[in-house]
Amino acid sequence: ASDKILIEVQPFSAHKIEAPSNKVETTLSELRAHYLFMYRMRRMEIAADMMYKAKLIRGFCHLYDGQEAVLTGIEAALTKQDSIVTSYRDHCHHISRGGTIEEVMAELFGRSTGATKGLGGSMHMYNRKANFYGGNGIVGAQIPLGAGLAFAHKYRKEPNVAITMYGDGAANQGQKYEALNMAALWNIPIIFVCENNHYGMGTAEWRHAKNSSFYTRGDFVPGLKADGMDVLAVKQVVSYAKKYALEHGPIILELDTYRYHGHSMSDPGSTYRSRDEINAMRTERDPIERVKKLLLANGFDAAELKKMDKEVKKEVDDAVEKAKAAPIPPDHWLWKNVYAAPANTELRKVDGGYNTPDYDPEYKN
Amino acid sequence: SEMTVRDALNSALDEELARDDKVYILGEEVGEYQGAYKITRGLLQKYGADRVKDTPITEAGFCGIAVGSAFAGLKPVCEFMTFNFAMQGIDQIINSAAKTLYMSAGQISCPIVFRGPNGAAAGVAAQHSQCFAAWYSHCPGLKVLAPYDAEDARGLLKAAIRDPDPVVFLENEILYGQSFPVTPEVLDKDFTLPIGKAKLMRKGKDLTLVAFSKMVGYCLTVAEKLSKEGIEIEVINLRSIKPLDRETIVNSVRKTHRAMFVEEGWPQCGVGSEIVTVIQEHAFDELDAPVVRVTGAEIPMPYAANLEIQALPQIDDIITAARKLAKK
Repeated sequence: ASDKILIEVQPFSAHKIEAPSNKVETTLSELRAHYLFMYRMRRMEIAADMMYKAKLIRGFCHLYDGQEAVLTGIEAALTKQDSIVTSYRDHCHHISRGGTIEEVMAELFGRSTGATKGLGGSMHMYNRKANFYGGNGIVGAQIPLGAGLAFAHKYRKEPNVAITMYGDGAANQGQKYEALNMAALWNIPIIFVCENNHYGMGTAEWRHAKNSSFYTRGDFVPGLKADGMDVLAVKQVVSYAKKYALEHGPIILELDTYRYHGHSMSDPGSTYRSRDEINAMRTERDPIERVKKLLLANGFDAAELKKMDKEVKKEVDDAVEKAKAAPIPPDHWLWKNVYAAPANTELRKVDGGYNTPDYDPEYKN
Repeated sequence: SEMTVRDALNSALDEELARDDKVYILGEEVGEYQGAYKITRGLLQKYGADRVKDTPITEAGFCGIAVGSAFAGLKPVCEFMTFNFAMQGIDQIINSAAKTLYMSAGQISCPIVFRGPNGAAAGVAAQHSQCFAAWYSHCPGLKVLAPYDAEDARGLLKAAIRDPDPVVFLENEILYGQSFPVTPEVLDKDFTLPIGKAKLMRKGKDLTLVAFSKMVGYCLTVAEKLSKEGIEIEVINLRSIKPLDRETIVNSVRKTHRAMFVEEGWPQCGVGSEIVTVIQEHAFDELDAPVVRVTGAEIPMPYAANLEIQALPQIDDIITAARKLAKK
């Protein structure tokens, strides 16, 4: 399993930088890990889709299926000391930063055992200890926040980068250009990752972006474009970008990907794009199928793969059942952690009385 | 001894930068220019460009960068040249800074101070003359402070920088150059004031005047003048708008049975609206007359001096209203 496998990924497009080699090395054990992680994400999001339709999940719910190779490749190139922040499409980041599927499902169900104990919901998952800073519901707001995380790494002279992930829709946001400018001025070690899934909600990229080559839109900041449906290409380009960012400052990566679901659960995803387009993506570019084929072509045991699939399905089914059975958050949690120093604060209740809030990040009281 | 509000703020920043290397300042013209209003004078020279960072004129961006760095554990002091410009970054102040501790179930705090001059200055017209106290005090997760004198400026700013929560610190340009007496205690490098506590500036039995920032000075002048007419006014300096020290206000009203609130901001849903509500909820039976508000006029600020003066509470307006209320 440690035998090296040589693969040529799709060549990278480059803006004001030399592209890394498109010849990458991998092993069966690495491919196995990528496959397993992507398949876990896929099954989790499919379960979320079903639970949403069964009305067990409230509010907004943005699914990541189709885009799994992006996060998997990023995490393969980073450590948990590198910071990451993303948009509202964040269920899988919770898993990649050490959380469990059960925590994600419990959060979606609004349970006390959820990723953020039922206080954040689908769009607001975090893991401070693993440097995952959300989960942000405001399109583009995570971009300057990510630059701030990178600023802190540089300020403390740590050998780490921050990654901020945003879609092609958010790539037009003014605050992205403000953050980009300061990041470049101050040589902040930040990787701007534009996950180009080709639709800003329901608006196709050619209708929302005058220049949809997003990797070129940093002007003075270099950019690279990679096949975001190929985990090995993503890993290669992110490894290269991390080294660059630590030495020189910001870099933009455009990762060409596709979301199988609509923008959110309220979007059937079929009014602004064709069924044929979605089906073609699934059959020709699916990131999980790609790795599966590589595994089998290089002698990985097909029976073992089936066993893995079965185990993942069981993990997700169990997580759903446990999350369903978990208790809802107790009423008094309403008043926790509005402030880290709540001295002298009283917060007004619906009935006009006041409550003394407490700071209790462990939810012990 | 005496100290200007400007020097009080400058010395507070200086001492907190010296005390904690996680504290840094960023904003427009805070470094080489020495501060648009000279609040950061000398700090670049003393602490270097890594800790006193000049930004481009891009508030949404640098405000978000500051908030992100606070999530990661730094303690930024984010200066807005004036709070009018903070509206460009208000999403990051409210949606990111104020709400993330709660949304993250207590995982990610945001120890940041947003500071700068707030409210009307003089002759700068509508887009540069607005009070944001009511806007920010509306939002759970934020703390909102407004100093009046040098003691407030030092004690509250140092407390704000040491606080683990996001604090909106509303200064007043007109007050920067004013001098106030300060005690040795106030000049101590560890002098802080409690967030959420008002200060009784003057005792009186006939009428309670409540205000924050520049209007505290007006109320003290009015109290002095009306004292000669035999009207003894109690003056409360809020210091902290959120959390609000309801107890101090209500205790005073229980004594005087008459209350008035003065602010330069607009009346509808203003800070005064909350004060009036607090008094009627907690001391309705104590009141001998309805609570009175003196506020900024409900118009965008005009430029011409004669019009501007009519758009903001003047000492005579407060005297007239106070006399009338005292006689009811």
